[in-house]
Amino acid sequence: MREGDEPYPPLRGAVPAPRTAARPDSALSTAVLALVHTAAALLVCAALSVTLWHGLHEPAYALAFGALVAIGETVRWGAAPREREPAPLGAAGALAYALLGECGGRPTTHGVLQVVAVVFAGTLAGAVPQLARGQRTALDHVARRVLSVAFAAVCFQPLYNSGALQEWGKGAPYALFLMVLMALTALCDAVLAALVLRVRSGFPYGPLLREELRALPGIGSAVCATGAVIALAVAVAGLWALPVFCAPLLLAQLSFRRYEAIRTTYRQTIASLARSTEIAGYTPPGHARRVAELSCAVGREMGLTGNRLTVLEYAALMHDIGQLSLVDPVPGGATAPLPADRQRRIALLGGAVVRQTGVPAEVAVVVERQADPYRDQPLPARIVRAVNAYDDLTGGDPAHAPGALERLRAGTGRDYHPGVIEALAKVLSRRTAPAAPAAPAAQGPREPLGDETGPAAPATEAHPG
Amino acid sequence: MRSVPATARAYILGAVLCAAACLLPLFGQRTTVGWSAVALLAALYAGCELPPRCRHLRKALPISAASFFPVLLTAAFLLPAPAAMLVAVPGSLLGRVERAPAGPRRIWRAAQLALATWSAASTHTLLGGARTLSEPDFPHALAPAAAAAVVFCLVLTLLEAGILATAERQPAGVAWRGLVLHSLVPHLVHGLAGLMMAVLWTSPYGPVSALLVLLPMYISCWLFAQYHRERTAHQATIRALVQAVDLKDRYTRGHSERVGRASVLIARELEMDEERIEIIRFAGILHDVGKLGVPTRILRKDGPLTPEERRVIQLHPEYGHEIVRGIGFLGEARGAILHHHERMDGTGYPCGLAGERIPEFARVVAVADAFDAMTSTRSYSRARPVPVALAELERCAGAHFDPRMVKALVKALDRHGWETEVTSTEANCTEIAPGESAAASPPDVRGIPPQPVRVADRTPGGPA
Repeated sequence: MREGDEPYPPLRGAVPAPRTAARPDSALSTAVLALVHTAAALLVCAALSVTLWHGLHEPAYALAFGALVAIGETVRWGAAPREREPAPLGAAGALAYALLGECGGRPTTHGVLQVVAVVFAGTLAGAVPQLARGQRTALDHVARRVLSVAFAAVCFQPLYNSGALQEWGKGAPYALFLMVLMALTALCDAVLAALVLRVRSGFPYGPLLREELRALPGIGSAVCATGAVIALAVAVAGLWALPVFCAPLLLAQLSFRRYEAIRTTYRQTIASLARSTEIAGYTPPGHARRVAELSCAVGREMGLTGNRLTVLEYAALMHDIGQLSLVDPVPGGATAPLPADRQRRIALLGGAVVRQTGVPAEVAVVVERQADPYRDQPLPARIVRAVNAYDDLTGGDPAHAPGALERLRAGTGRDYHPGVIEALAKVLSRRTAPAAPAAPAAQGPREPLGDETGPAAPATEAHPG
Repeated sequence: MRSVPATARAYILGAVLCAAACLLPLFGQRTTVGWSAVALLAALYAGCELPPRCRHLRKALPISAASFFPVLLTAAFLLPAPAAMLVAVPGSLLGRVERAPAGPRRIWRAAQLALATWSAASTHTLLGGARTLSEPDFPHALAPAAAAAVVFCLVLTLLEAGILATAERQPAGVAWRGLVLHSLVPHLVHGLAGLMMAVLWTSPYGPVSALLVLLPMYISCWLFAQYHRERTAHQATIRALVQAVDLKDRYTRGHSERVGRASVLIARELEMDEERIEIIRFAGILHDVGKLGVPTRILRKDGPLTPEERRVIQLHPEYGHEIVRGIGFLGEARGAILHHHERMDGTGYPCGLAGERIPEFARVVAVADAFDAMTSTRSYSRARPVPVALAELERCAGAHFDPRMVKALVKALDRHGWETEVTSTEANCTEIAPGESAAASPPDVRGIPPQPVRVADRTPGGPA
């Protein structure tokens, strides 16, 4: 049952391109990651030793919040690895403890270091299943959680414990202050997350950060709001508020999972539709998958994010679908060598099929315009056109890359956008430079699209014509 | 504009009168009502209901009306019953309605929500909820709140079933049971959120902090709406896979949908659970998707096939399995697609499985496939009447088909009947650039006009 689940993992947010060991700035980014890890480790060491030395303030509260964090980390309900916020409940519990001032009307006295120690213990306890399965990203996750919670606690606990906050008054300003703090923490977390992703995937930092920021209003804001609500509700109603007030966030998490599940299925179905041209013998095996994967990498290199990247991915997967309307396959399935008007007609046929699927209309436009001269094309169509031609020329074999790139460069007068070709060359050089050893390590738990040698091949061989 | 039946008018009038009667105590005696709280909550609820009316905001915030029930429940917890019901009125009168007679729908919605809020508030007061809120007393505050949420849900669904019975002529009992089963758990969560809001509203942190509670609720409703959008898109993509087959083999139009429908009928008769029925529908719809892998020339060939061509066509179950291999959720359906041409005596293809070794879904789809093939017109034969087709299936039961599935189909058709001609609502999208494909090939080699498109416009058991 599981065998079919993963051949087409989502590209967005989970693209594990090879690590960029050969690029000039890679030493810097690795150093940054090391810095993040060291900072988190030092902080945790200090927190643990101080807390153990002095003992816990209000152990009951610490235990309750630690348990909430641990439970929240465990309840992941099949979150994809590298997901933005795999454990919303754990995050909300941790933030709530960082912003906890009173409990049931009595002031608390725990400081920043105790917050860090408790959250670390809870997160680690909850992350044990992931670590046991050898998921290296679990450590990144713990480091990120510890640092962002420490940020929130540093902003709040000293102010509260010194009594400065109470002078402001207990009422609405206090609640507003918590909200502002939550927003700041979310920003800080996004910056950290994009940083870690930058090092792990090698994509430019700017677009990654933009994507993280754009994702904030989603589940992230629900996490922040719940964190603040729990902190306030515990202050009013005591620890009973914890189990009661987690329910809405659990509902949000459930909705999010269902949404993600249907998205994955949707993507798999589109990939299957795309693969039908391969099984029908119109295109070489693996062509759609390779073009989609490479197009996404080029798109990221050129700064595409979010929905625009999804449009690119779907269009690249389905760019050859128009060939299904042909009675006889094009020789070799390669459209690049065909006369321009023939190419354009196949593109139009493809657009007609794509319009029937539920994908956004932009995807159909990209598929329709893929054979136009680049000056008339939207950016995704330029990328699909260039990458498709590249794959037709190389047949998926990187050994032919230099020759293919040269031929594409010769076509930059009319057919291929020069910027796209340069981005493609950059992506390709990054892939070939650090050979095998770096790649599998950076890929983490998920296989990239390009690595699957599909059993699609034998089925098409049996096919006459 | 659709007219509202007289019974429904009377029903709505009754509800409005009931609501008005519940309001009376407000004028009769001097009750202490925090009018500022009423105004704030009513404004909050109206403010939540307004954005969907504006087109731009609706695109950005695709949410259903039920997202903001926590506000109503908060009112029910905080205010006396007659005052709490007022909170629901402005929002429901101003909010967006989905379908035509907007006026009656708005009035109905206001009366319905007001009555539900009134009942919830009364329950909460009766169980002594107010005392547990003023000095938050935690395990004890939960029971009245949960009871109030359940009553809110029951009253809401009862009234809804009533309007469905009077206006849409649906059987009230069935409608109510369906509504309650779907909405009880969400309403309990709404109740908890409402309780949270009420606690924070009365706390020193004030109404501002209560607003924070709405955010997670809103996000989950937003995600829910997104989920539905993606789901619709996904189903369109599955249809596109099938329609891609129709591009190549025009004689099977509508066949896939009908096989899906017949498979569901059989599965219902065998009392499979809903989840498997949904999967078997996809198995039926996608069973011939492997024809995508068969050269178009062979599919469209006029006249008898050579043994070589027959062999190529017989590869289609394997191609189909290969195409859907990557779609995780299909599960059992993938086996059905691979084995739907197996026969009970082991002489089928591609694996020559016999009897119980053929997956259950494949045995269902095989019967549905053969039944629809016989009852619809093909290039090589005319459509046969349903009884003749069933007699043929019964004759072949045992050697070719699983007798259990054949019996189930006979029973199901006895009960529900079978429409071979269903007027299509999707005719326009099945016509994929006909001129284009004709330009690439000799036009329609067999010279037979294409059949009327037969797409079931409503599949039983399909998602609503």
